[in-house]
Amino acid sequence: MTAVTAPPPTVAPIASARDLWLSVAIRTGLIAGATALYLCLTGIVPTFDSRPLIRDVITLGQVALVVAFMAAGLGTAIRLGTQASPGRTVLGGTVAGLIAGAMLSALVLLGSVVDLRAMFLHASPALWNVLTFEMGTSGFWVPAAVGAVLGGLAAAIWLLPGALRMSLLAGLAMVLVMGLFAGLLRAPMLSGPLSGLARQLFAAEGLQPIGALLSFAAGAILVPLFRPSRIRARAQRLSREQRRVTAVPLGGVLLLLVLLLPLGLGPFVAQVVALIALYVLMGLGLNITLGLAGLLDLGFVAFFAVGAYTVGLLTSTGEYGIAQWSFWAAVPVAVVIAMLFGVVLGLPLLGMRGDYLAIATLGFGEIIRILAGSDLLKPWLGGPRGITNIPKPLDVGPDSFLAGPNQIYYIALACAAVIAFVAWRLRASRLGRAWIAIREDEDVAEALGVNLVQTKILAYMLGAAFAGLGGAIFASLYGSVFPSSIQLLVSINVVAIIIVGGMGSIPGVVVGAIVLIGLPELFREFSEYRFLFYGAVLILMMRFRPEGLIPSRIGRQEMHHDAAEDDPLTATAAVEPS
Amino acid sequence: MKLRKLGIIGAAGALAISATVPAVAQAPEDPLGVISIPAGEPLHIAFWGVLSGADSSLGTDSMRGVEIAVDDRGGKLLDLDIQLTSEDGGCTPEGGANAAQKLAADTTIVGLVGSTCSDETVGGIAAITAAGLTTISPANTRPTLTAPDRGPEYAGYLRTAHSDAFQGLAVAQWAVDQGITKAATIHDGSAYAEALQQVFADSFVELGGEITVQEAVSKGQTDMKSVLTTIAATGPELIYLPVFVAEGGFIVAQTSEVAGLENVTLAGSDGIFSADFLNAAGPNVEGMYLSSPDFTAFQSGYADFLAKHQEKYGQAPLSVFHAHAYDATNILFAALEQVATTDADGTTYIPKGALRDAIYATTDFQGLTGVLSCSPSGDCGAPVIGVYQISAENVANNSLPTAPVWPVR
Amino acid sequence: MTPMQTPTTWAERTGLTERLLDIGIAVFLWAFRIIVLFVVVVGSLLTLARGRYSIEVWIDLIVGGLSLGAIYALIALGYTMVYGILRMINFAHGEIFMVGAFAGFFTGVYLAGTGLLTASPLSAVVGIAIMILMAMAVAALVALIAERIAYRPLRNAPRLVLLISAIGVSFFLQYTVRGLFGPGIYAYPSVPFLAEPVDLPLLSILRLKWLDVLVIGSAIGMMLALYLFVMRSRAGTAIRAVSEDKATAALMGIDVNRAIVTTFAIGAAMAGAAGVLYGLMFRQIFFFSGFVPGIKAFTAAVLGGIGNIPGAMVGGFLLGELESVGPTLFLDGLGVPSPNQLKDVIAFTILVLVLIFRPQGIMGERLSRSRA
Repeated sequence: MTAVTAPPPTVAPIASARDLWLSVAIRTGLIAGATALYLCLTGIVPTFDSRPLIRDVITLGQVALVVAFMAAGLGTAIRLGTQASPGRTVLGGTVAGLIAGAMLSALVLLGSVVDLRAMFLHASPALWNVLTFEMGTSGFWVPAAVGAVLGGLAAAIWLLPGALRMSLLAGLAMVLVMGLFAGLLRAPMLSGPLSGLARQLFAAEGLQPIGALLSFAAGAILVPLFRPSRIRARAQRLSREQRRVTAVPLGGVLLLLVLLLPLGLGPFVAQVVALIALYVLMGLGLNITLGLAGLLDLGFVAFFAVGAYTVGLLTSTGEYGIAQWSFWAAVPVAVVIAMLFGVVLGLPLLGMRGDYLAIATLGFGEIIRILAGSDLLKPWLGGPRGITNIPKPLDVGPDSFLAGPNQIYYIALACAAVIAFVAWRLRASRLGRAWIAIREDEDVAEALGVNLVQTKILAYMLGAAFAGLGGAIFASLYGSVFPSSIQLLVSINVVAIIIVGGMGSIPGVVVGAIVLIGLPELFREFSEYRFLFYGAVLILMMRFRPEGLIPSRIGRQEMHHDAAEDDPLTATAAVEPS
Repeated sequence: MKLRKLGIIGAAGALAISATVPAVAQAPEDPLGVISIPAGEPLHIAFWGVLSGADSSLGTDSMRGVEIAVDDRGGKLLDLDIQLTSEDGGCTPEGGANAAQKLAADTTIVGLVGSTCSDETVGGIAAITAAGLTTISPANTRPTLTAPDRGPEYAGYLRTAHSDAFQGLAVAQWAVDQGITKAATIHDGSAYAEALQQVFADSFVELGGEITVQEAVSKGQTDMKSVLTTIAATGPELIYLPVFVAEGGFIVAQTSEVAGLENVTLAGSDGIFSADFLNAAGPNVEGMYLSSPDFTAFQSGYADFLAKHQEKYGQAPLSVFHAHAYDATNILFAALEQVATTDADGTTYIPKGALRDAIYATTDFQGLTGVLSCSPSGDCGAPVIGVYQISAENVANNSLPTAPVWPVR
Repeated sequence: MTPMQTPTTWAERTGLTERLLDIGIAVFLWAFRIIVLFVVVVGSLLTLARGRYSIEVWIDLIVGGLSLGAIYALIALGYTMVYGILRMINFAHGEIFMVGAFAGFFTGVYLAGTGLLTASPLSAVVGIAIMILMAMAVAALVALIAERIAYRPLRNAPRLVLLISAIGVSFFLQYTVRGLFGPGIYAYPSVPFLAEPVDLPLLSILRLKWLDVLVIGSAIGMMLALYLFVMRSRAGTAIRAVSEDKATAALMGIDVNRAIVTTFAIGAAMAGAAGVLYGLMFRQIFFFSGFVPGIKAFTAAVLGGIGNIPGAMVGGFLLGELESVGPTLFLDGLGVPSPNQLKDVIAFTILVLVLIFRPQGIMGERLSRSRA
């Protein structure tokens, strides 16, 4: 294996000769310029220009450009490293920024002669005005000038001593984060005694200048103090006994925070966390099918639908309700029926492997979705108009704390906790080991006496049960079930949560759900671009942290094992027998 | 060092609280609560509707109507800057619920325009009403949303869009006026088409007609001959297809190829009232009838609106409800101007209950879509449905008819 | 393959309950096959016995299925080639198709402005050829960028990681197109010549339009060209060698990277061409247009046996026919309301049935045990 010659490394040669600083600067500038063009033409810059980050100072649209220009400077400085003199580094940053800016200048110039709008919707006078500080196309030189200054500035920042640089960047990052979350922090504060403070720190959109200054200071001071690496280092220094002693109160505080979350942040956040808890629950379910048994199920939404429709039919007080049971009576039925579907749909899949399995399960998901909305089953399921009037589990008054999404949050949380416990116990059990064995190699597992049929069916069954429970809670969270809710996107989301969180890791599922379900919900106001960011996050996550955010120990080892030992050319097929 | 920092924050906080205390004294009373806007803060309104996924042109179309309404006021109302927030409802009930819940949690929002898909309203309206807010939908057409027996959670819901109950009934009446006695329907599995054809079918039967068959196709289907053959076997005089452009195009293009449909009349609704549909359907579309809001009943300002739209977005409108959104926004603005009060130090007060009452009390409002008055069950639309006929000239120029052939005036 | 068919498992099992369970499962699976076949056969016979549909309708349905199948097959080729060489489900392939459709659209709008598409049949064919070439070029370019940024760095990672990255690319491309061109629906320029019936002596019985001839003909032409390229040319041989065994191929002096890049480019170009054909057929495109055809083409690739080029063609045409003819033939006779709503149900059920009988797809052979 070692004899195989890998293709030559594609990493660009770092400027070794003196004059190469220019080529590095040009290349970085071109990349940054292309990014800036992308941000302009997809409408991100002009759309976010109406959303201030700091009131009367800078808008989010401008921030996007500033980040692109500074990235040009920083990127050049980083790639040059210590091989160029400080003067050269700053000059390189300036050139890179200039190039990036000049590309935008060229766009403005081009826009003044050709009607770009016939093709690109956002290449409008509004965009030129953003780029040139309201000077129209005659100010085409502005982006180039701004780019050069910011590029040089960023390169200069890179030359600062380490601690100072860290503080500065952390402060800027903190301003950005606070500015993005300003609305979310401000809304609940306004109705309490903190309303004055809220108005002082946060503008209607984004930060007040004073709030920005405080955020910058907080970031610049606090982040270097509490660097994750430093905390980790300190934790490692503790003895096992000490660690246990600190872990218990820390866990307690965390638990308390989780329980009190809806209290502090209002019903919207409660709804989002309820949704997160719901996806955690389903993620844990799929973690058994996919994470442990290695069966790629892209039709998870089928069981979700079965659970939701069962609860809908059994509890609805509307047109299609058949029993008007309480939620509590309907849920066990829903889970059992989902399990039955798991068995029935799992049986034909027994002989299939890998991607055949993926497409067959995807097909099942689609079949269930189409049937739910079809004229064929309309007399029972309501067709496209769905089932409405599904009551909430707890019949409390409208003013009660538990009215609305809060009760669903606690129910979903309790279910997720139970399932997490079950999943954790299962993994260490004989069954769990059998699952892992068939994931690693089906043929060997069978030869060693693992009953493939039983083991696989149990995996489908349990996964389906959890998905059905998720669907049941979903139905009562929103009070209705429609075929339009049964989307392939649900299945994809659940798979993505597991991979992004870290395969087979229970905390990973939680973090994955927060990142992929929670954040897009919180950023609902950036509606048109939410899924653009979602896609970018998936790509970047897989590129830079393929083992997931919180990988299980085994997952991490597998990753390292791959990198260190496997021949890069053959690893693709060998690593993940699915 | 940490201690000093805390001190700074504490001091800033104390300063802030003391700065805003006196304003509260003169606030008006209201059963649903009062929103107070300190001087210098903007007037915050929100739009919610579908902005992502396959149906996003519908939501974007409406949102642009709201944006133009804001521009027409110079971005200011009551001498305050208007701040417009938009939230995506994804055309699903859970998306609508999340969007509504988020907007309801924001105590600075005074009023809303939305949603665009009826499913979003079903999911989200409870949260909006519970927060004392009121929303005016420019694009929901599901009849139940403004039915007299709608639940109390709909107290904060009105719409400028016409209910499908009007459109389906109008088409049925038109058909009866034409002397048609037997009709068939086709829907495409969307909630819109399914509901509309059902309203038509029910009304048509009530008016004495006979429905021979109710068929359905699926999104993305290209071959409609089997559906049309099934329909032809039942011998209808009219086929009503309230679907969208792609499927509508294929259905109409293939009618000439199925025996037994030579003399059948075709009718569609506003989902295919677009030049793209003529393009897709080909020559068979000549003589077809389409129901739609009666654009000739639209007020003279509509031409202006279209010019502004072209100027601002470089495009013609994407769907049919932009003018309804413009009107919804202006109804909200008019009601805000009625109920808002300002005290000596410049704080503006918006009583939420009075605002809701003022919107419901809207009468003879001069909108783009007609002269609007709101009913107690929330229908503000001027449901002037016209039935248009596509002429040979329309087909040749790929242009839509400008004047309806029904109702006869 | 079902577990029941491997005799070794019988010998090793002792428990009575296990044996009963196995029998139960076998009965269930056979019942599934029999029920599906029963519905298909009885439904078809009843439909035909009712005689509601004339022979012309059936011919039209079959031709429609061929056109649709041709588009599916073209997209499926990209899926299957990339799968063959990287064992990766390129979930973003449907979006590449959509990007191609947009490239063809803007070219077409420009050409329509010059009158090329309407002047004469010959000029229309030239115009469409330009649109297709443009779409192929843009689609290939976008696919190469995606490969460079999102797939190449992950070549050694587990395949699920690649899958998620591809899903990310899919979202990213969709919403990039939405950002650039807006959420509106774009109507493809009309080419009057394509709507005319084919008046040739033998073909007139098929009631074809020139559009059908164009779609089916160019799809088959491109597939043949691709097949010859892969089987005969040097680069094609390299691609086959790399998908067979990367390490050995590298030892033989084949540039693995180049083979992979070529595969992506060719697959994407096919999808781009399919995008233009789709636009000419369905008349309208928007940023979400790639999603459903992408899934369908993936299904077609699996149906035919993923990784197998003739399999993708067979799968594509079969799926097209199932969707077009299936609902009317199988369900109409059974009195199912609105059978056409259920076309995907039929397609996916048949897919599962095929996979029960042949877990490696119709034509897939060598991949089944060792690598899939």
